[in-house]
Amino acid sequence: MRRVTLLAALAATLPTIAMAASSSAVPVEGMPQLAFGHPEQGRLLIGQVVWLLLIFAALYFLMAKIALPRVGAVIENRHARIAADLEAAQAAKAEADGAMAAHRAATEAARGEARAAVASAVQAAQADSDAKAAALNARLNAQIAEAEARIEAARASAMGAIRGVATDTAEALVAKLVGRADRAAIDTAVGAALTAQGRA
Amino acid sequence: MAAEGKTIDALSQFELSPVLGIFGNAVSFSQSNLFMVIAVAIAYFLMKVTADRGELVPGRLQALGEASYGFIAGMVRDQVGDEGKKYFPFVFSIFMFVLLGNLLGMLPYAFTFTSHIMVTLTLAIVVFVVVTGVALAIHGMHFFTYFFPEGAPKWLAPIIIPVEIISYFSRVVSLSVRLFANMVAGHVMLKVFATFVVLLGGLGAVGPFVAAMPLAVNVVLVGFEFLVAFLQAYVFAILTSIYLHDAVHLH
Repeated sequence: MRRVTLLAALAATLPTIAMAASSSAVPVEGMPQLAFGHPEQGRLLIGQVVWLLLIFAALYFLMAKIALPRVGAVIENRHARIAADLEAAQAAKAEADGAMAAHRAATEAARGEARAAVASAVQAAQADSDAKAAALNARLNAQIAEAEARIEAARASAMGAIRGVATDTAEALVAKLVGRADRAAIDTAVGAALTAQGRA
Repeated sequence: MAAEGKTIDALSQFELSPVLGIFGNAVSFSQSNLFMVIAVAIAYFLMKVTADRGELVPGRLQALGEASYGFIAGMVRDQVGDEGKKYFPFVFSIFMFVLLGNLLGMLPYAFTFTSHIMVTLTLAIVVFVVVTGVALAIHGMHFFTYFFPEGAPKWLAPIIIPVEIISYFSRVVSLSVRLFANMVAGHVMLKVFATFVVLLGGLGAVGPFVAAMPLAVNVVLVGFEFLVAFLQAYVFAILTSIYLHDAVHLH
């Protein structure tokens, strides 16, 4: 609102200034910029230059001593701030990179450890199962050997019984047929027959 | 005022008249000088606001002030180099003064002080004196070798030296006349076509339709004049920078 009022005031002032421009009593011949001979314009043209020098000197003073250093400081400030922020970001990135590398190394170490643990567990289980299998085998072998020995003994005793039975049967048969029997001769004959058959 | 007696009066807009009543009259303070003061006030206000806000993320006005600062600072750095830093306020003052003079002249009823050859010539002489002073301060008597390029054949000296001296002094003329002629031509054109609008507009029933043509031309001209206002201020500033480069480095 204040700005609008200011602009309105300026707009109202400008025509007043412009209207004053046409108040020359003596008409100006040719270009007013070169009307040095004109009583009014000539004086104003020189005055314009003098005032120009003063006003421009004021502008230079205001700019060089007051305004521009401050604006330069504002811009410098921003550059410094941006540079500092960039630096901080760079540092943070380096830190993050370091943390990432540490994390990766830790992961790698943990993975190796786990692998070793798994390998040793597998090895232990293998050894355990091997030992158990060996013990079982030994026991089974012992049982087998014992059973075989028992079978052998049973067979040997069975074979011995066959001779007695055969001798008794032969003696009974001979006694029935002949009326008498020579036990010693029959026993010898049975032994010979069994030997011939490979069963003695 | 524009079309008295059916003649086109395009030059009376450049007439000076005293302002501020009897005091202004006594010290020959014309409306031209008043607009110079307004230009200085605007330039100072803009840079002061820019510095006062001083925010990290600038607003519109602060961005404008910083952009003009950066524009001229970059120009001086590119043209003169790092030694040119101490001449930056001078180039900046010249640029802002000419630019605001040109732009204020685009306001209706305003006076364009850059349309006065006495003003542009004075500015050009200020630039010339500053540049020559800088050159003499840095190089002393060695400065005068500027007028005879190294390696040129000795027997050409009678030709080269006068030519170099004339071209050195003609800087003042080219600098001042370029700005003056551009501003005068633009404002005369605007005034002439504006007068056409009034003259043709009075031609009975078809008048308004015919008058639309010079009006359209004036619309285009106003846009063009804004371009010229920036361009001439830029040219004035960059030529000043180039002359300063010559003064600091001698070729």
